[in-house]
Amino acid sequence: MTGKKKQTDITPAHPLDDLIRTDRIPHIWCPGCGIGTAFSACLSAIKRSCENLNNVSMVSGIGCSGRAAGYIKLDSFHTTHGRAIPFATGLKLAKPDMNVIVFSGDGDLFAIGGNHFIHAARRNMDLTVICVNNLNYGMTGGQAAATTPHKAKTTTSISGNPEDPFNLPLLAYAAGATYVARWTILHTRDLTESISEALSRKGFSFIEVLAPCPINYGRRNKEKSLDSLKLYQEKSIIKNGADPASVDLDFQNGIVLGTFVNRDKPTFYEKYKMINGLD
Amino acid sequence: MDFWRVPLDAADVFVTKGVVHILEERCKGCGYCIEYCPKSILTFSSRFNKKGYHPPMLTGATDCVNCHYCEIICPEFAIYSVEA
Ligand code: SF4
Ligand code: SF4
Ligand code: SF4
Repeated sequence: MTGKKKQTDITPAHPLDDLIRTDRIPHIWCPGCGIGTAFSACLSAIKRSCENLNNVSMVSGIGCSGRAAGYIKLDSFHTTHGRAIPFATGLKLAKPDMNVIVFSGDGDLFAIGGNHFIHAARRNMDLTVICVNNLNYGMTGGQAAATTPHKAKTTTSISGNPEDPFNLPLLAYAAGATYVARWTILHTRDLTESISEALSRKGFSFIEVLAPCPINYGRRNKEKSLDSLKLYQEKSIIKNGADPASVDLDFQNGIVLGTFVNRDKPTFYEKYKMINGLD
Repeated sequence: MDFWRVPLDAADVFVTKGVVHILEERCKGCGYCIEYCPKSILTFSSRFNKKGYHPPMLTGATDCVNCHYCEIICPEFAIYSVEA
């Protein structure tokens, strides 16, 4: 799985070393990039919630966050752009007992992959979808994305973004997701707990993680990586159960975090089995 | 974390003790662990690692409380704490 092992590590090892391909570390993410912290929270949650690691897999799409599938030392697949969810859907239906995690970015999941997202949520596919939202297209040089805040500067909106961004929790809820949460990388303990909860439950779970992209987004908006963390610290309001329609991302007046939705509905596979008289 | 007064039950509260390990070659010098260590016992060292970043080091204090926050906030799997 990991190919040739280059033993460069110092012992004793980091507690997550058994879940990462240490021969590929340091990873490619820039200094201060939040993806690494979100990835680390996801690994801790897997350790906490999944007894049989042979029955866990991670699927990613394209983009900076999409590289995660290449660093986890479990079954994983790095799909084409936007297609992480369809691949994960196929995997889940072929192996219904497998815990399938989709770890990808906002561009991959909500722009090019937007339709796949809404339909998997509508079907209540039993997947855990973690979306690292860095507010722009980081890997390709910082272009405006469907999540870029109004007025923010990017390489394709040099005088400020004229568009309004998606409210991702609302979109997920409206499409049918049965678990919806939002955290930032600073709230990494809550984030880990939320991912564990999602992994232990049935149905389509969606977790948005706000993470700084200091190199492409931060640099153009005068926000160093520590400034982003301070912003998360000062502006966050934790409101579990908040109406998803009220959680538009507002970096000036308050970023609402928490578990917004946790409801039970039969999954696609359960309904499929019932209709076809299987087991 | 500094308290403006010593909590009344401070003497009865059991405080865990930890030892922090730093994998210097993995660090990219983001400073998150340094900024958010509740005991403020980390600081940038003046040394460079192979990639040219300044990894953190202990200020000399030994009062790590093994809270693991440095470990979970670090994007690089470069720092962790264990029970002392
Ligand atoms: S470009 Fe942005 S999102 Fe991508 S690795 Fe660098 S900081 Fe992270
Ligand atoms: S474990 Fe906690 S107290 Fe110890 S160095 Fe890390 S952040 Fe500081
Ligand atoms: S959080 Fe990690 S990468 Fe950042 S300075 Fe500390 S050890 Fe280095």
